[in-house]
Amino acid sequence: MTNFSDRGMRKSIDWRLVICYLLLIFIGWLNIYASIHSAGPNTIFDFNYRCGKQFVWILTAIGLAALILFVISPRLWETIPIPSYIFVIGLLVAVIFLGQEVKGSKSWFEFGPVKFQPAEISKITTSLVLALIMSQANFRITRFKDFILAAFVILLPMAVILAESETGSALVYVGFIFVLYREGLSGWWLVAIGMAVLLFILTLTTSVYLSIMVLLGVVLFCNWLNSGRLGKGAFLEFGIFLVLCFLPWLQKLIFKPGSAMAELDMGYVLIGIIVVEAAIYLIKGYKSKNRFMSISSLAALAGIILVISSSFIFTNVLQDHQRQRIEVLLGMKDDPAGVGYNVNQSMIAIGSGGLFGKGFLNGTQTTFGFVPEQSTDFIFCTIGEEWGFLGCLAVILLYVSLIYRIIRDAEQCRAAFSRIYGYCVASCIFMHLFINIGMTIGIMPVIGIPLPLLSYGGSSLWAFTIMIFIFIALYRQERKYY
Amino acid sequence: MTTEGKATKLIIGLAVVAAIIIGKIFYIQIINNEYKINASNNSMVYDIVYPTRGIIYDRNGKIIVGNRVAYDILVTPSEVGQFDTVLLANSLNVSVQSIKDKMAEYEKNKRRIGYQSMVMFKQIPPENYMKFAELSYSFPGFRGVARSIRDYPVNAGGNLLGYVSEVDQNFLQKHPDEYRPGDYAGKTGIEAAREEDLRGVKGYHIYLRNSKNQIEQRYQNGEFDKEAIPGHDIMTTIDADLQQYGQELMKDKVGSLVAIEPSTGEILTLVSSPGIDVDMLADISHHYDEIIKDPHRPMFNRAVQAPYPPGSVFKLVNGLIGLQEGTLKPDYTYPCNHGYHFGSHKLGCHGHRSPLNLEEAIMMSCNGYFCYVLKNILENKEYKNIDAAFDKWNEYVHSMGFGQPLGSDFPSELGGNIPTSKYYNKLYGKGGWKFTTIISLSIGQGEIGATPLQIANMCATVANRGWYMIPHIVKASEGVEIDHKYYEKHYTMVDSKNYEIVVPGMWRAVNSGFGSGGTASIAAVPGLDICGKTGTAQNPRGADNSCFICFAPKDNPKIAVMAYVENAGFGATWAAPIASLLVEKYLAGEISESRKPLEERMLQGDLMNRVKAYK
Repeated sequence: MTNFSDRGMRKSIDWRLVICYLLLIFIGWLNIYASIHSAGPNTIFDFNYRCGKQFVWILTAIGLAALILFVISPRLWETIPIPSYIFVIGLLVAVIFLGQEVKGSKSWFEFGPVKFQPAEISKITTSLVLALIMSQANFRITRFKDFILAAFVILLPMAVILAESETGSALVYVGFIFVLYREGLSGWWLVAIGMAVLLFILTLTTSVYLSIMVLLGVVLFCNWLNSGRLGKGAFLEFGIFLVLCFLPWLQKLIFKPGSAMAELDMGYVLIGIIVVEAAIYLIKGYKSKNRFMSISSLAALAGIILVISSSFIFTNVLQDHQRQRIEVLLGMKDDPAGVGYNVNQSMIAIGSGGLFGKGFLNGTQTTFGFVPEQSTDFIFCTIGEEWGFLGCLAVILLYVSLIYRIIRDAEQCRAAFSRIYGYCVASCIFMHLFINIGMTIGIMPVIGIPLPLLSYGGSSLWAFTIMIFIFIALYRQERKYY
Repeated sequence: MTTEGKATKLIIGLAVVAAIIIGKIFYIQIINNEYKINASNNSMVYDIVYPTRGIIYDRNGKIIVGNRVAYDILVTPSEVGQFDTVLLANSLNVSVQSIKDKMAEYEKNKRRIGYQSMVMFKQIPPENYMKFAELSYSFPGFRGVARSIRDYPVNAGGNLLGYVSEVDQNFLQKHPDEYRPGDYAGKTGIEAAREEDLRGVKGYHIYLRNSKNQIEQRYQNGEFDKEAIPGHDIMTTIDADLQQYGQELMKDKVGSLVAIEPSTGEILTLVSSPGIDVDMLADISHHYDEIIKDPHRPMFNRAVQAPYPPGSVFKLVNGLIGLQEGTLKPDYTYPCNHGYHFGSHKLGCHGHRSPLNLEEAIMMSCNGYFCYVLKNILENKEYKNIDAAFDKWNEYVHSMGFGQPLGSDFPSELGGNIPTSKYYNKLYGKGGWKFTTIISLSIGQGEIGATPLQIANMCATVANRGWYMIPHIVKASEGVEIDHKYYEKHYTMVDSKNYEIVVPGMWRAVNSGFGSGGTASIAAVPGLDICGKTGTAQNPRGADNSCFICFAPKDNPKIAVMAYVENAGFGATWAAPIASLLVEKYLAGEISESRKPLEERMLQGDLMNRVKAYK
């Protein structure tokens, strides 16, 4: 290559990303060995066991990475997205009918000894298509048509994966909202989604009344923030809010216990009041051309519908095991021997590690099989137990710097395609990280998704390797030629 | 809002989420101790210390069931290297194949076993264990653990003693809190009757293990360990020598032999034959198949479970009831022309002079006489019909301990069967039956089923002249209480004075000498004043059953015995000699010279070929 602007390998590749990647897969390999070593592998290379197999996966993944970096032209990634996206959607659908059923979900293809999950590749193809369509010069996320297109690209694979009962993998797609946000979507969408989750949980764990009060409080607060003025109206609203706060107390004061009125759920009285109020504000906002007021009134109504339908979704839409896991997570049921067993044992394993951990191969919780899925979904337990808080901190910081580097590099990209793709990669890794570690430490329900690069499993490792190295290749191209 | 700002916000969001996760990890790893404590629970090993089981003594302080040491051989498959299978097999006295099989099985389950130790062989006797111990350096991964197992110095019979074996799933479900898999419990006999006293309380030592499942140290220096509490010793009412003698007499015969001390209700001897040999008891699981498949059902405890027709010994019951009801007087005489004739039928009798009075009828066991006795009871005009009279009769019989379990402390005691008028009404229709329909009851045949224990108890009642104490096998001793009911006298509905009337008949049956017509002259022992009554009960499964009850001495009796030998013919041929020998052994201490040939004949007698096996 004689191009004078070619800066060569040493400078063009983001070696820090590569080092983060290599460290993580190495840590993963060591901990897979630690989690199964009591079952009898002679060495970490024993191919009859998962540690040896993972070694093979790692070698092939590194080969794959080299292929993407040095052989395949980065231009390819801008030409194949749509056909590959369609092909993978086809695989996702096919697996429902042809796949192997593993733990209640049909999401695995099995070819002899090799098993793989189309949902893993689907993250890559979705990211590529998203990057392709959103990098078009005339694409505006704020335009309704374009927003729907982007949403469709994300929701289509998500829906098919949900149909496979792979809730965990589907949840990862929620992360693409961050990409849309970065590319111009209003931050209120993030707030709205956050509120929806909060209301759902509040309704299940406390009461309809409390969740409606929280909804009302947040809507009023946002309106006040938006207008930036403390008018007469604001005082009036605050007054009504205060009165509503004491609604149950008033109910007890006025009505005799046992009478029909005293038995009435104040939550529904509240809903009635607010539906009327929201309707008034909707009209008021429309007349005064205060768009924010209208939209927030609509949001409040949407919130009320969500609250009412929460328990319906909970009992009728979610599957039994998912419902139980959520109940345990929210403390609605204490069940350390049943559904809560996994989480309880995993927290015991991590908790017993202390500051410095018990040392490599000295973990008792993970090796005796108290923790389930110890080399796949619960690999973080082995790290927590044997390497302690410092080990956990190191691993999390490695992930954070990986994600941070990807975002930083993405921001430096001149090509929108590379930038958007970079954000997609960062979002996927972030979602996996948050859900997986959150699950092992009891802040997320038990949703079986792997910890990127660490968990045992070829298809997951390959998928993340391809995903990350496509970005590294794209970024290298930027550095090489600009 | 600028896009640059959005990137910053996202990075801040990332940092916040990371901080939340790290915070939570910090909380569970550093601040909250609960998880560390739970983790040590997970890695604690409770090494169960088994208590030694209580010893079972006989009434004279002789050990019937003791303990001895045997060794379980444990193997930790992951520590086993190359070893000489033949050498190991020889030292443990097991087959080479069994070792190979077990090792192959462990290899197959290698993953599941991990670093755990498995019990390879159970109950290796000390002499073999010593051989193994000397060579143990050449068998890494193998070790022996001492366990106490049952030892039987006296052959007191498996059915009386019961056995101890590992609890099964069924048992665990019935006793969910008390037992764990791998525990042992008494299953039948005395072992089961006093399981709660005998078992003791398990203890444990707590150890911590490391990640390789190796035991590292005592948890908190053993502060939380619990020592095992040995089981209580049990003193039984059994006379070990007598029991053993009874076992020998009943050898190669099917039936039962029960001896009771009448004044206390204490069971001196309780033999059910064929029984389980005590040699098999200690390691019953090895012999279980063999025992279960035995066509003579050695596990079936005939002494407390078999509902036998009592035969002629039941004439005493009918006689007593007649006397109490006033339908029979001692001097009533009835004719007997080779039996009792009714219509074209006849209930036959053996040849004897006629007519007889009550005493003679008992002595000679006249069938015809007792047909009249029952006829008069049932056709008593004081009752409005035969149903009422019959139910009164049933009530009497129940008061003598028949028709329901006596309530002994022997587990699995059954109650036999005494029919009611309801039963016959159902069978023949109301009014469809009369005395002659149920005439067999007169002589203890027909629908009557009584266990040997009940019959022995009836004999003790006669010995006591009208009352009994519930027969039992455990005596109160230090730390072991027995139910208050075993100290209470149970009076029958028949007065003492009526019992006095039947006793001379029993005395004459034994002591009138050959040729007098007394049916049990063979049971006479000079100076012992034995009173007895023979019985011969028809057995649909072959030759008649031979039955004999007796007590001695006549006044102030010390022992009441009942012998029942299936398919052995007349009561006098087998049951009477066996019962009288037992009495003689107990009262005189040894068998007199003149009765040695009889003893010899009883000990050698093999009646097994007469008995039809159960299929």
